[in-house]
Amino acid sequence: MHLQSIRLIQYKNYKEAHVAFSSQINCFLGENGSGKTNLLDAIFYLSFTKSADQAQDLQCILHEADFFSIKGTFSQNQKERTVLCAYQAGKKKSIKLDNKPYKRASEHIGKFPTVLIAPNDTDVIRGTSEDRRKFFDAIISQVNQSYLNNLIAYNHALKQRNSLLKQFAEQDRFDADLLEPFTRQLLDLGQKVYEVRKEFIAVFKPLLVKHYAMLSGQRETIEIDYESDFSEGIEEKFRHSQKKDLILKRTNRGTHKDEFVFLMDGKPVKKFGSQGQQKSYLIALKLANFDFLKNELGVKPILLLDDIFDKLDDLRIEKLIQMVASDAFGQIFVTDARPERSISIFEKIKQEHKLFTVSQGKVEVRKQIQ
Amino acid sequence: MPATILNFPPKIVENAIEEISKLPGIGRKTALRLVLYLLKQEKESTENLTTALTQLREDIQYCGTCHIISDTTDCTCRTVTRDLTTICVVQDTPDVMAIENTHQYKGLYHVLGGVISPIEGIGPEDLHIDSLFSRIEKSDPKVEEVILALSPTMEGDTTAFYITKKLKALGIKVTTIARGIPIGGELEYADEVTLGRSILTRTIYD
Repeated sequence: MHLQSIRLIQYKNYKEAHVAFSSQINCFLGENGSGKTNLLDAIFYLSFTKSADQAQDLQCILHEADFFSIKGTFSQNQKERTVLCAYQAGKKKSIKLDNKPYKRASEHIGKFPTVLIAPNDTDVIRGTSEDRRKFFDAIISQVNQSYLNNLIAYNHALKQRNSLLKQFAEQDRFDADLLEPFTRQLLDLGQKVYEVRKEFIAVFKPLLVKHYAMLSGQRETIEIDYESDFSEGIEEKFRHSQKKDLILKRTNRGTHKDEFVFLMDGKPVKKFGSQGQQKSYLIALKLANFDFLKNELGVKPILLLDDIFDKLDDLRIEKLIQMVASDAFGQIFVTDARPERSISIFEKIKQEHKLFTVSQGKVEVRKQIQ
Repeated sequence: MPATILNFPPKIVENAIEEISKLPGIGRKTALRLVLYLLKQEKESTENLTTALTQLREDIQYCGTCHIISDTTDCTCRTVTRDLTTICVVQDTPDVMAIENTHQYKGLYHVLGGVISPIEGIGPEDLHIDSLFSRIEKSDPKVEEVILALSPTMEGDTTAFYITKKLKALGIKVTTIARGIPIGGELEYADEVTLGRSILTRTIYD
């Protein structure tokens, strides 16, 4: 599967653009603010039906325009498929596959799998445990629909139980029989969430270790630990924390407290990793994400690499490019604000690739190697 | 000179639209269409509607025992021809109608008026749960079985669990309606949860 071409109308800083891509490596060169990231974002939109930087659809419309549209032409199993995403201010957005509208946008997700690596977004490493759970939940949900349903149900039960705890505190009363059904629901659903996460990490860990080793040239060894209340004696933990739950008016045990600890040479990366090491860790996580989806879905996702060269030393950059240019990866899109660096890196690469110059919302082909 | 702005729709029409659009499932456009439709009809037909609405508010009653809506005081729960030893617990009146239409049930009903949902601030005390217990305790002949016919949602399950816990203490047999594949439904289109559950709660074929 690859993206043959894209047509943008009034998307972010693009008034109108039509770009044809290489089926292998595509590199966008241009100064900061020229629109390189917006181009990757448009590709991301075609896959996830939303912008990667969590912008509202309204904010994606070109300044002073009233609608945007993104049309992508994919090649999938030797067939041409078009995805059209359009949004007009104040109306419902429309997502069409081969001119047929979807009932729900969520049905589209996973059809054209894409992985975005944007190392400046280090929330997964440096943020809260919730950021990490969201990261892994998003990956698992793409291949396991019932996991997503259980997760939604768990969060609903949690909200109910917390509301009840709050009411007990406000009304200064307690009814064990009323609290119990909610605790049961959390235990049942939490167990299912825990088992899938545990199984997932067992598959994901070797992928992560492999990619980090390749990136770092074996300089550091890494680990990932999954910590959950469900690992043992969950019922007793729930019973013990009931008093605490009532005082704090929220549930203190459960899979919503799960943590994924990223370790490097036995120490948490969040605290002890340098900025460069954290970036490498993040890139390894994303490459493992890529491999996992590739193995589960049986297709190579499109890989978007946004500004990955910053803060990585030359050795790591070269390793990374060598790796993504190999057969294990499919179509790749890269951005770089320093043209001479990318040009010299890509000169060493034999594969078919296309370099573009991006400037003020215009995209031009700079060099094409076939 | 700027054109005078038309005062449209007139205030009376606007009032009617506003009231009608408060009904569930009806927006402003539908409300406007209904208002214009009513204005085109014979005066009688709109008067019939207003009478019906007024009567609805003034004469309708809720049975003090089972909380079903009725227009007489002769509720099913006082009819000796029904099985007085079985009570079917449902969330709301439409559920009673649905079960009645099956002609498979001869016992009594008990309408809870909702399900337990702390998010919406609905606790057991806001529902007709206490009256269910006192009704069973005072029953003559004694109630032997309570059938829980609540929706298979998280809130429905929670409510069922809560009621069961309290009823077991009274030594009453508690059953729940079966869940599974709808009749005439294709197996391959059933969702996993329903199908999985119907496998677990399979019945002996005879």
